[in-house]
Amino acid sequence: MTIASALGSLCLALAASPQGAAPKDQTAPPAVTAFVGARILPIGAPAIERGVLLVEGGKVRAVGPVDGVAIPEGAGRVDLAGKVVMPGLVCTHSHVGEPWGADSSGPIQPEVSSWDSMDVTAASVHRARAGGLTTINAMPGSGHLISGQTAYLKLRLGRTVEELAYRDADGRFLGGLKMANGTNPQRESGPFPGTRAKSAALVRQRYLDAVAYRDKLAAAGDDTSKRPARDLGLEALVEAMAGTRIVHHHTHRADDIMTVLRLAEEFGFRVVLHHVSEGWAVAKEIAAAKVPCSIILIDAPGGKLEAAGLSYDTGAVLEKAGVRVAVHTDDFITDSRLFLRSAAFAVRGGMSREKALEAVTLAGAEMLDLADRVGSLAPGKDADFVVLDGDPLSVYTRVLETWVEGAKVFDLADPEDRLVAEGGPGAGDRRPGVSCCAAVAGWEAAR
Amino acid sequence: MKRRQALLTLGLLCAPGFLACAAAPAVSPALAPTVQGARPALPQGSIAVRAERLYTMAGPVIEDGIVWIEAGKIRAVGPAASVSLPEGISLLRAKVATPGLVDAHAVVGLAGWLNVDADKDELDGGGPVQPELRALDAYNAKEPLVQWVRSFGVTTVHTGHAPGALISGQTLIVKTRGDTVEQAVLEPTVMVTASLGDGARGGSGAPGSRAKAAAVLRQELHGAKSWMEQRERDAAKEPEEGKDAPPEPARDLRKEALVRVLKGELPLLLTAHRAHDLMTALRIAEEFPGLKLVLDGASEAPLVLDALVAAKVPVVVHPSMQRTGGEAASLSFTTAQLLLEAGVPVALQSGYEDYVPRTRVVLFEAAIAARHGLPFERALGLVTKDAAQLLGIFDRVGSLEVGKHGDVALYDGDPFEYTTHCTAVVIEGESFPGEQPKLVR
Ligand SMILES: [Zn+2]
Ligand SMILES: [Zn+2]
Repeated sequence: MTIASALGSLCLALAASPQGAAPKDQTAPPAVTAFVGARILPIGAPAIERGVLLVEGGKVRAVGPVDGVAIPEGAGRVDLAGKVVMPGLVCTHSHVGEPWGADSSGPIQPEVSSWDSMDVTAASVHRARAGGLTTINAMPGSGHLISGQTAYLKLRLGRTVEELAYRDADGRFLGGLKMANGTNPQRESGPFPGTRAKSAALVRQRYLDAVAYRDKLAAAGDDTSKRPARDLGLEALVEAMAGTRIVHHHTHRADDIMTVLRLAEEFGFRVVLHHVSEGWAVAKEIAAAKVPCSIILIDAPGGKLEAAGLSYDTGAVLEKAGVRVAVHTDDFITDSRLFLRSAAFAVRGGMSREKALEAVTLAGAEMLDLADRVGSLAPGKDADFVVLDGDPLSVYTRVLETWVEGAKVFDLADPEDRLVAEGGPGAGDRRPGVSCCAAVAGWEAAR
Repeated sequence: MKRRQALLTLGLLCAPGFLACAAAPAVSPALAPTVQGARPALPQGSIAVRAERLYTMAGPVIEDGIVWIEAGKIRAVGPAASVSLPEGISLLRAKVATPGLVDAHAVVGLAGWLNVDADKDELDGGGPVQPELRALDAYNAKEPLVQWVRSFGVTTVHTGHAPGALISGQTLIVKTRGDTVEQAVLEPTVMVTASLGDGARGGSGAPGSRAKAAAVLRQELHGAKSWMEQRERDAAKEPEEGKDAPPEPARDLRKEALVRVLKGELPLLLTAHRAHDLMTALRIAEEFPGLKLVLDGASEAPLVLDALVAAKVPVVVHPSMQRTGGEAASLSFTTAQLLLEAGVPVALQSGYEDYVPRTRVVLFEAAIAARHGLPFERALGLVTKDAAQLLGIFDRVGSLEVGKHGDVALYDGDPFEYTTHCTAVVIEGESFPGEQPKLVR
């Protein structure tokens, strides 16, 4: 066994340790650091022309103008004059690291999970950091009615999903549930549906099963002997109906969008509509249902029948109708390194700058139930931010640095990071990251 | 619905702050009368464009410039003060105007936007070697994606069969207008498309390995060469005394196409990404002295830069935003710049997409090249002048010069900026609307 592989297995052992609590960030700067002089776009608050971002313990301690924020004595200081700082970008729909879920055995597999397939060392994950992304919803694909559970990831440098996981207060992984309708989940032969009506019927039946399962659980109360045998798939649907697991629903055509709204109302699951190519046609209905939308903008409509109605003004139309709008990469469909381009294209289509910038930050965080932690730069939130050399919506602007919880995870000035940002020989190699081995060193030192 | 769409678009483009609209409400591009509606005194295809910044690609940028197009050709171009326009000519205004964009390699018109059996014509599965297939016989001038790319300023497209077969067919060059290919065509036959690497392997009857693909390609070229030489010998023979001349030999479309490749009449446009496939392409090209090679894709070109420079082979670089992965795992936003700096002739392309989006837009690709180090006009050149030169049509398109086609793209700001709009497009004096949020079915 080589030293490297020994370290690797130690690392894995550590990562799988009790409760899987994320290892403490070893690279975080000491005490307080002040990022000074940048134009700060806090999101949800007015821009600050020459601002200070005060970071302590991986959290934002203060944000404000240079003459309005007291920098404590002894604080580290990073000069960002001439730069632009905004919150780390949040992508509500990503396939980086290949977080695939269900297999070909059936159209409904809520028991499978991206946590068990995702490779966080994939080059695509580091490309996301190069694009300024700090939070992603890593999802299975859309070839199933229900293709599995999604993973909310914080793009810390790490080599295990355990290190990147968003967790609740009890240390459990946070994620949603991926569903799809329209043509992608349809196939020529069973058990997959061949029509839209069959798709809805299959989903409806499984949710009815989940309702019965939930009722049995409730009836059993504390009497474990009366509980039904555990069904991992139905458990996930029960969580969806309870609102603790948000459904992320791939849907394009107006009629398919309406079908999602109908099912969501029937079973009470919380849903985010994804892609929503023809959302412009049913904006009022979406607004009335108070359902948020995460949209995609691509270089041309079509590529498949149901994306033919894709429109650059979907974001604008939804915004005007009062719908909360996020924009996503759907990375491999669009490249995470150009995520801000998608926000800019929404503006090209008539969306307001303000809402377009929210669409890649705060609105996305809301759609993942993470807005109390990320999506804007406000005291108490995670110190996840991006340093840009210009306006976020300009083609000429580049992501210079990406910071997660006060630690730099991408630096364009670093040759290896630059290779990932621009491409070139070796850019596609897996990138093991560093925090694992720092964690191992810490563990060894403590022994 | 169409009318409503046009109005919607107008509303979008004329949002406050867009100077082009504010300055010229009377010539809103989406509703501007077509040339057919112009006054009878002026010949058809007459129109003028006045731009705050006019990039001719044939000299320095002109502040407040005018392009005067008469009967489809550029009659005059220069500072507004120096060009006196005839009475009654339609005038389009723009903040920025450029030559109509030239896409050096696409599949639009063959690869339909819906991507279903009924509109997928970019690749025939009948065999690995089919140079006899003509894009001319497949190009659908009414394909919505033709209209889509035009609406961003693309006026000329070199299009044809997709990568995915060892030899997939012949390309053509079209203008992005007309209801039929006859109305659209600029050059009916331009290159023969080929692939090495994954694009050439697999599928029924296709070579199963890299070496086999190379061997089949070589053998096909040798076969065509022998066939050509035999025909030349036969033609040179004196008919025997007292006998009738021998009958005309049978036609062979496949061999005829390859003969044109061997003679350099039709360059071989060979798509390959990996360094070793690029070297195989150079090796084979060298074995056939008349053959003109143009490399396409070439994401690992930086690894074999010296060989490319030495071979003086032009490269139609992969789209700047092509997806990273598979054979193209090493592609880079900076490849075009690197090749340009090394002196390799380069143009950009929209490439081939088998899924969503079905086509890219070269304007966007050049924008990303500009973001990654290319000066503005070098990047613009990749989709105008350089592309036209690489395709051998620079005598007609690719720059705004007197006598050339009146093809102009109009923008309400820096054409590369994400939030700029293409406000109108002129092709040989005929005006078309600029971008709209969607394609109307
Ligand atoms: Zn999807
Ligand atoms: Zn997706």
